[in-house]
Amino acid sequence: MDIKEKRILVSLLSSVLVILFYSWYVYSKYIADNPAILNDFKFWGSSFIVLIPVAIGIQIVIQIIFAIVTHILNKGEEIDPIDDERDKLIELKAIKISHYLFILGFVLAMGTLAMGMQPWVMFVVLISSGFLASMVNEILRLYFYRKGV
Amino acid sequence: MAKVNITNNIRTLRFLANEMTQQALAEKTGVSRQTIVAIENGKYFPTLELAFRIAQIFAKPLEEVFTFELLTEPENKKPKN
Repeated sequence: MDIKEKRILVSLLSSVLVILFYSWYVYSKYIADNPAILNDFKFWGSSFIVLIPVAIGIQIVIQIIFAIVTHILNKGEEIDPIDDERDKLIELKAIKISHYLFILGFVLAMGTLAMGMQPWVMFVVLISSGFLASMVNEILRLYFYRKGV
Repeated sequence: MAKVNITNNIRTLRFLANEMTQQALAEKTGVSRQTIVAIENGKYFPTLELAFRIAQIFAKPLEEVFTFELLTEPENKKPKN
């Protein structure tokens, strides 16, 4: 497994951990004691807005730690940092498919509203599809690196 | 569209060029070593620009580095009147 595949794997695992811990934190702090908050749009808005910088910040920290560990394990040798045409093609293909998935999730989320479900169901479907699309993006990149593009 | 098979002689050409390493070729062409590995293994077909760059490094014409083969013939379309 080369450095780019390892980087994707680390990103995948850290994304899963971030979403799991954040969901657990929001649930235990806000939802467990007051389930009625699920119908409060302000709660969903602030949860989204906090999640984005937290997830980006944690991803950056984890990638920095990964780069330092890799540098130490490679005994100071320069690792391959070039992002070339193949990387861009792989990224484009993975983004394209994951965007389709997110659009499907968005339509499903709107469908829950159209079917008269509670608004919190729409938010859960929306967040889940965003998370799933992000996971699929990483998995596809890993797949294209392994199987070819 | 007909299926195609694109192969290359990069491994042989590297050997003939004083056992040039994949890393050296990658540095000369401005791509990562993984990309050179993928091209050699037929897992990635380079852009025309990269293909020409590789050919230029070995001082060979493109068709001596890469070979192109049609696997199935495309159906002949009837000419429009």
